[in-house]
Amino acid sequence: MFTNFPFFPQQASEQAATVDALYFFLVAVSAFFAVLIALLIVVFAVKFHRKDDSQVGEAIHGSLALELLWTLIPLGITMVMFVWGAQVFFHMTRPPKGAMEIYVVGKQWMWKVQHMDGAREINELHVPTGRPVKLIMGSEDVIHSFFIPDFRVKADVIPGRYNTLWFTATKAGRYHLFCTQYCGTKHSAMIGWVTAMEPADYQTWLSGGAGGGTMAENGAKLFQDLACATCHLENGQGRGPVLKGAYGHQVLLQSGQTVTMDDAYIRESILTPQAKIVAGFTPIMPTFQGLVTEEQLLQLIAYVKSLGESTGTGAASTAPPPGPVQKQR
Amino acid sequence: MVSAPPTLNYLNNGYGLKSWLLTKDHKRIALLYLLSITFFFFLGGFFALMIRLELLTPAADLVQPDTYNKLFTMHGVVMVFFFLIPSIPAVLGNFLIPIMIGAKDLAFPRINLASWYIYVLGGLFTIVAAITGGVDTGWTFYAPYSTSASNSHVITAGLGVFITGFSSILTGLNFIVTVHRMRAPGMTWFRLPLFVWAHYATSLIMILGTPVIAITVLLVAVERAFHLGIFDPALGGDPVLFQHLFWFYSHPAVYIMILPAMGVVAELVQAFSRKNIFGYTFVAFSSLAIAIIGFLVWGHHLFVSGQSTYAGLIFSILSFFVAIPSAVKVFNWTATIYKGSVSWDSPMLYAIGFIGLFTIGGLTGLFLATLGMDIHLHDTYFIIAHFHYVMVGGAIFGYLGGLHYWWPKITGRMYPEGWAKFAALNVFVGFNLTFFPQFIVGYLGMPRRYAMYAPEFQVYNVLSTAGATILGVGYLIPMVYFLWSLKHAPLAGDNPWGARGLEWEIPSPPPTENFPATPIVTEATHQYAPSREVGIA
Repeated sequence: MFTNFPFFPQQASEQAATVDALYFFLVAVSAFFAVLIALLIVVFAVKFHRKDDSQVGEAIHGSLALELLWTLIPLGITMVMFVWGAQVFFHMTRPPKGAMEIYVVGKQWMWKVQHMDGAREINELHVPTGRPVKLIMGSEDVIHSFFIPDFRVKADVIPGRYNTLWFTATKAGRYHLFCTQYCGTKHSAMIGWVTAMEPADYQTWLSGGAGGGTMAENGAKLFQDLACATCHLENGQGRGPVLKGAYGHQVLLQSGQTVTMDDAYIRESILTPQAKIVAGFTPIMPTFQGLVTEEQLLQLIAYVKSLGESTGTGAASTAPPPGPVQKQR
Repeated sequence: MVSAPPTLNYLNNGYGLKSWLLTKDHKRIALLYLLSITFFFFLGGFFALMIRLELLTPAADLVQPDTYNKLFTMHGVVMVFFFLIPSIPAVLGNFLIPIMIGAKDLAFPRINLASWYIYVLGGLFTIVAAITGGVDTGWTFYAPYSTSASNSHVITAGLGVFITGFSSILTGLNFIVTVHRMRAPGMTWFRLPLFVWAHYATSLIMILGTPVIAITVLLVAVERAFHLGIFDPALGGDPVLFQHLFWFYSHPAVYIMILPAMGVVAELVQAFSRKNIFGYTFVAFSSLAIAIIGFLVWGHHLFVSGQSTYAGLIFSILSFFVAIPSAVKVFNWTATIYKGSVSWDSPMLYAIGFIGLFTIGGLTGLFLATLGMDIHLHDTYFIIAHFHYVMVGGAIFGYLGGLHYWWPKITGRMYPEGWAKFAALNVFVGFNLTFFPQFIVGYLGMPRRYAMYAPEFQVYNVLSTAGATILGVGYLIPMVYFLWSLKHAPLAGDNPWGARGLEWEIPSPPPTENFPATPIVTEATHQYAPSREVGIA
């Protein structure tokens, strides 16, 4: 009945090997100490087993040297774990520049994926091997968590913010995708498959899958439909800041603080425009809360991002600083 | 050799319901707690049994996913808030702390009784929540699921947790004041039994931590009932704030559960090795160190939540620091057995089991403190296995060991030792078979709280369910022989173990006033022979 008796998940990403190395170290240390303690206890309990009922133990008060020994040695070992674990963690939380970006939206109870070129999937994620992939993830309702065991990566997907996760798949194949943050009735059905493909196969898949335009194209259309374009003019004469070339740059706010124009800031500016007002503008932008879906938000972000990538002009150092509108209340 | 029990003791000093329900005797209140937590233990155990039966197969076939979600939620809520947190403090602590320090009672006997009534009231809310349809948020009540999405009885269950928290606060307060003010002459701080030190440290956490969970649960109820934006981003709230507040209490709460068990094990190891503890001050202060550092590690529950990388670093290193005093305890207990006069009576078997299992629970905790490792393990069955090694292998082993050790004192009767050894073996084997496979299936990637799972995980789940069956039998056996012993077992006498400590110098069961006259203490507990220092040979 049980022919499948696995001990380890597959190693299908660059991260998997580094995490497994750490795991083996932790297992080795743990096994050593667990066996040591168990052995000592059993040996002592047998060797010093009470011979007659009146016998008492030898009174030993303690030993400072031993106490120091078994405080400092574990401390030293745990500090090795700490540093090693922190290195792996830093690597896992810092996606390399130029990673391929894919947007993910979690909702009860499915995963919706949008590729930059417009291809969409549900409960499936196709990625090429050998190339860093960065997932930018938001939730429509409650907290979910995106977990690919064979890649050893996981990140919570939280409503109201974007969390990211990145990996480089190393082996073509199909891998489990699980939601690991409890999210209600069908939490255990909020699962899917990640398909890692050779780059050439991936290109073929993409060309078959793309339908109604790229994410940036869809975002550009929304930008017109929602009338964003009437204020955010490209020539700097509009009532809203110039968005062209602004992505990734610092924005000076009315309050005197600065903020980096990233996915989270664009999202906030669309949903709560009054929150961070750009210096030199009036607070006239209405909220789009309830008017745009999570996926449309991501398309708008992709569009603004594409404006930044296509030109080198309009950097934050030149006035007026880009970003959404306005003045302090 | 064994004398008849004293004619008047706390058990026969007044019969009738009123003499129990209005008692101010810490020993009777301890028994009231014993009855109520035993009820909740078997209730929580029933939920666990249903969970394990459902997980026998990958599909959701025994119960629907909705029911399964309620089962694991109720299992967690009942076991954490209504069994583990009160178990050792409210039963053994209540019974023994006044006796161990040479006092007639706790500092505030009425508050002690009130804390039991509050506990029962909280328990009733939980039972009502369970009967009227249950709650499905997980015992962690994560927002915004709990505040905006769940259709179950979140507020009722939350109020149960809120109310029972006050019972915990009052118990902690009572213990702290008692230990400060009511020690007998000569019972200096460094002569206190380690059981008392452990409860002192636990009480600090109860007083400082519990108000935060009360506030958190109340905020959930407020957001749910009045749609005030606190945690749900759709209302302007922050869901990660909930996690910070929740774990600020709930991580230290883990130490509320384990510290008293560590105190019990320190007593057991000394009594059954007939030897004073190795490194008394280190063991005593490690309890305080755990209580204090334990308040600073909550962020390790948020490593995948997107909290700042640097916050993650701080919480990671602090989590390693809290492991050190636990390691110190393990080494000291082990060293205590060395050159002891070791008996293999059932309480000692539980103590030995505790040390071994707690060691595994603690070491696997290091995996989760390691940032890069936790990412993969977070919210998988590895976590489930880890905290059950600490909560069951630790806290419940300590509780059962303590219950066996002090049962003769509490009831005046022994229990059948053969059956007790057999049950201890059952619990040990069943426990390991249940939870060890979960480490492996967790590393394979099986997420927690899954009613349905991938077929390749089944073999480990079958092992777990088989183990849980054995474990369940292991829990039922003591239930039977303890009840049997009340009438039929031989009398215990004052000190059946030949142990040293104030509780063994008074009759079993003790008289209502504990001591005929306040005792004068001249040495630390568990002094079986004159002390000496030891060097490293």
